[in-house]
Amino acid sequence: MNHEHLQFDDVTIRAGDFCLPGLEFSVEEGAYAIMKGATGCGKTTILETICGLRPVSSGSIRLGGRSIETLPPGRRNIGYVPQDGVLFPTMTALRQIALPLELRGETRESARSRARELAELIDIVHLLDRRPQGFSGGERQRVAIARAIAWKPDLLLMDEPIGALDEDMRDRVVSALRVVHEHTRVTIIHVTHDPRDVEELATTLYKLEEGRVVTCP
Amino acid sequence: MKRLRHDRIFTITIAGLAGIYVLLIIALLVSGATFTSPADVIQALSSGPIRYSAILSLVTCTIASLLALWVAIPAGYLLARWEFPGKSIVDAIFDIPIVLPPLVVGLFLLILFESVLGKLFQEHVLRVTYEIPAVILAQFCVATAFAVRAMRITFEQMDPRTEEVALVLGCTRWQSFSLVTMPQAFKGIVAAGTLAWARALGEFGPILVFAGATREKTEVLPTTIFLEWSIGDLGAAVAVSLLLVALALLVLITTRLLGFKGVIG
Repeated sequence: MNHEHLQFDDVTIRAGDFCLPGLEFSVEEGAYAIMKGATGCGKTTILETICGLRPVSSGSIRLGGRSIETLPPGRRNIGYVPQDGVLFPTMTALRQIALPLELRGETRESARSRARELAELIDIVHLLDRRPQGFSGGERQRVAIARAIAWKPDLLLMDEPIGALDEDMRDRVVSALRVVHEHTRVTIIHVTHDPRDVEELATTLYKLEEGRVVTCP
Repeated sequence: MKRLRHDRIFTITIAGLAGIYVLLIIALLVSGATFTSPADVIQALSSGPIRYSAILSLVTCTIASLLALWVAIPAGYLLARWEFPGKSIVDAIFDIPIVLPPLVVGLFLLILFESVLGKLFQEHVLRVTYEIPAVILAQFCVATAFAVRAMRITFEQMDPRTEEVALVLGCTRWQSFSLVTMPQAFKGIVAAGTLAWARALGEFGPILVFAGATREKTEVLPTTIFLEWSIGDLGAAVAVSLLLVALALLVLITTRLLGFKGVIG
């Protein structure tokens, strides 16, 4: 039976003059949640706050029953795919997918073996020995997704992972996201403004409107 | 047609103005190079005092530029990534050695190390004034300012989100800096180190005042040029100058080959 996995309790986020006051919403375990909203309404700010890159001004964020709002980003067990993937330019794809596993104490061999398994799952084996210079947008996103889920996080946050891709690349990334969700059952929050993402991927839809997160039927 | 003619006049005018300066630099290099013969250069460079000053220059410049990087990497990172009260003042302080007349840097170093605290330091820790450490310190003071500026540009050109992603993946700040930031900054570090080295190599004013110009003791290549010129041996002065020109060109070519633009071209 599903239960609330991520919960925002009266969370206020301030970033300069921008403010999202008293946010209240929750995401069920295993959901593929898509959050829609106009450009500049604060979707990215919410993702950055969940993963610890921005502080909350007040309120509580709970993930799997524990409060995470004061934990450093690396101890929240959250995978994050920012806009454009933001790959590490000096590392091969294999090295960056294996890095979070090595940081958690896995041996280099075991981490790389897991990275290869994941690469097969989402069809990026041919990229493993290359650095990201020269990757297409879709390839960048798939490597970033693999890097974010390799270490089995409790929650995966993605900021417009399919935006600005051509049709072919878009189909490949959508397919990779389906496979990842079916295979890992990780809870996902995917921020977008493209209605096609909702039709193709979402199990739950949220809208960010006028500083409030509204659950849509 | 009229417009095309105006364009041509404009292009010729600005190219002509820029060309005057290029011609001046080429004329300087050619006049220096033709002043003496290769045989005279080799003979001058093989003399004992000049060999000493060349070796001392290479050693002190290398130490000064390594020390400069040791300061410039954290300082450049701080200035590129953080906003804090008084940042513009700190930024200006790092630039002071660039805008101060070189002799003033040397004079103030001398005053500092001849103060009560400075004398205590020299008596109990290390003799500095008119010794080789004074050469290194004088070179370090000016070279660091340039290295900080170069490292700041390097870090500003890098996407700070890579560090944020590293933190979310589980890196500590130190791991994010060493695993993600430093490898990206490698070219910039090499360029900043090369620039600091080149600045240190050409330093003369502060060394003359703070370290003196004692033959085969605190004599570096610019000091040699000054000493040879002061005794009327222009041939030796030009030979050493050509050596400095060759090293400076090597630095320019290295930084350009590294593709690092924005610091020195």
